[in-house]
Amino acid sequence: MSLLGVSIGVAAVIALTALGEGARLYVVGQFASIGTNLLIVLPGKTETTGGMPGFGGVPNDLTLADAEAVVQAIPEIEKGSPIAVGTETVAHGERRRQVAIIGTTHEMLELRRLSLAQGRFLPPLEWDRGSPVTVIGTTLAGELFPGESPLGRIVRIGEWRMRVVGVLTPRGEQLGIDMDDVAMVPVATAMKMLNRRSLFRVLLQVRGHAELDLARDKVTRLLTERHGEEDVTCITQDAVLTALDSILGALTMALGGIAAISLAVAGVGIMNVMLVSVSERTREVGLLKALGAGRGQILALFLTEAVLISSAGGLLGLAFGWGAVAALVAMFPALPATPPTWAVGAALALSVAVGAGFGVLPARRATRLDPVAALAGR
Amino acid sequence: MIRLSGISRTYQVGDELVHALADVTEEIDAGEHLAIMGPSGSGKSTLLHILGCLDRPDAGTYELLGREVGKLDETELSLVRRHTIGFVFQFFHLVPRLTALENVELPMVFAGLERSERHERAMGRLQAVGLELRADHRPDQLSGGERQRVALARATVLEPKLLLADEPTGNLDAASGRQVLALLRELNATGLTLVVVTHDPAVARRARRVLVLRDGLVFQRVDGAHVHEAVEALSRDENGP
Repeated sequence: MSLLGVSIGVAAVIALTALGEGARLYVVGQFASIGTNLLIVLPGKTETTGGMPGFGGVPNDLTLADAEAVVQAIPEIEKGSPIAVGTETVAHGERRRQVAIIGTTHEMLELRRLSLAQGRFLPPLEWDRGSPVTVIGTTLAGELFPGESPLGRIVRIGEWRMRVVGVLTPRGEQLGIDMDDVAMVPVATAMKMLNRRSLFRVLLQVRGHAELDLARDKVTRLLTERHGEEDVTCITQDAVLTALDSILGALTMALGGIAAISLAVAGVGIMNVMLVSVSERTREVGLLKALGAGRGQILALFLTEAVLISSAGGLLGLAFGWGAVAALVAMFPALPATPPTWAVGAALALSVAVGAGFGVLPARRATRLDPVAALAGR
Repeated sequence: MIRLSGISRTYQVGDELVHALADVTEEIDAGEHLAIMGPSGSGKSTLLHILGCLDRPDAGTYELLGREVGKLDETELSLVRRHTIGFVFQFFHLVPRLTALENVELPMVFAGLERSERHERAMGRLQAVGLELRADHRPDQLSGGERQRVALARATVLEPKLLLADEPTGNLDAASGRQVLALLRELNATGLTLVVVTHDPAVARRARRVLVLRDGLVFQRVDGAHVHEAVEALSRDENGP
């Protein structure tokens, strides 16, 4: 039974750390998919707005001119793209749907690694020039134009008439926005449409990974100069990734720790089993002593038994754990759940250690048995 | 070879203090065949356990081959038990999960001998007691007499100087008992000091010297031939004048 306890403990460690690791890999993967070497500029600084930068507060506007200046003045920036967001109703005939509107430029195709199922992306334009074109997501296309191609057709976004020039490939959710249910328009058009003066974000691609920090500092300095105060936040994608990575890593460890507690409980179970075993085998121990077994040898005998029990439990738990992970993967295919190597190693090592640690007390008790009493069966 | 001086041993059973041995002083020469007799409670088993280093006296000294056993630590004691002393019990005490051969090999495992040497010596001892054909039988497949002979092989496999037997024939029928006693005599003839605890005068008679214990003291010393007179003297003394 205590063998089962150890295997459950090990299986729990494996399954839970796999879950945590899966979550970490999922999130990190999501971030990685939006491109590497990216800088994200948001209006507002936590100190000035008091909340998360980019939401609320009254900083200076992050304008298109700001965005252009940054891309042109800083050599480390390869390319960039501004983003404005809002929601609007998109209609075609009687059909209408409320979706997210993303105003951006041609460069976003590459920066965000977007791809098109039909047609083209937003045309290369000067950023401050609008155009009545739109690229829509798969779901929106399906809802407004069931069974037919939306290319070349006219839709109404709010009061604006826009021509559909492209349809995005299905992508699912990316950083909180369902990319299948969007309409992308040129940024200048979006800002008029949504009545915005400030951009939501500016995405910048840096030449090389090593230049990320340098580029970030330059961007911050330039915009501070232009605005007269430091009211923008510039995040390297790295920093976001690293922060998320370590948060989720800590979560995984915490989960593992909780599971390890159950291993300790199993260890207590082993100790009990061994104590009972020792008391039932007093005659055997007395006999062995009479035959000349040394203390160390008797200790080794019982300790080995305990370790064997717990190790067997550990291996069994490994099998259980893998099974549980396989089930997890079957249920949530999007989650790359896999137990991290350190967790598997730690769980196995712990199972052996538990046997050794909790087996010591009973083993020592065995060595102290008085052979005479033991042989008499008292 | 053995010098006992003022040995006493008391232990607690529940609320009572039992004085198993009061004051025993005795010398046993190398190669002797000694029997220890006495009614139950006389302390004969306790004396045997002390001789076998399984128990420590509360007072007095036990000198074995010139070394004072009381001064040895647990490690040295286990070495003495392993190499100097062989033990045969009334209830055989073989390990049920092991075959006869493996049982005989057991002391050699503790002594750290190589597998091939263990096998050889164990087979040799089994041959000496006439059981080489039963080497791979388990104890529950052997008769009482065969089990005791295996125990004898086990007790002598590391060539001890002293063989202690606690009621070796107590659980055997007459024929097996005679067989075992004959084997013991053979071993004694090779120079092995033999001490046998028994309540059976027939067994004690074969020894050259008999110690009769009563209430933890040596009541009488006789040679084997006169053991019956000693037994009678004992029962007369017990039943009162």
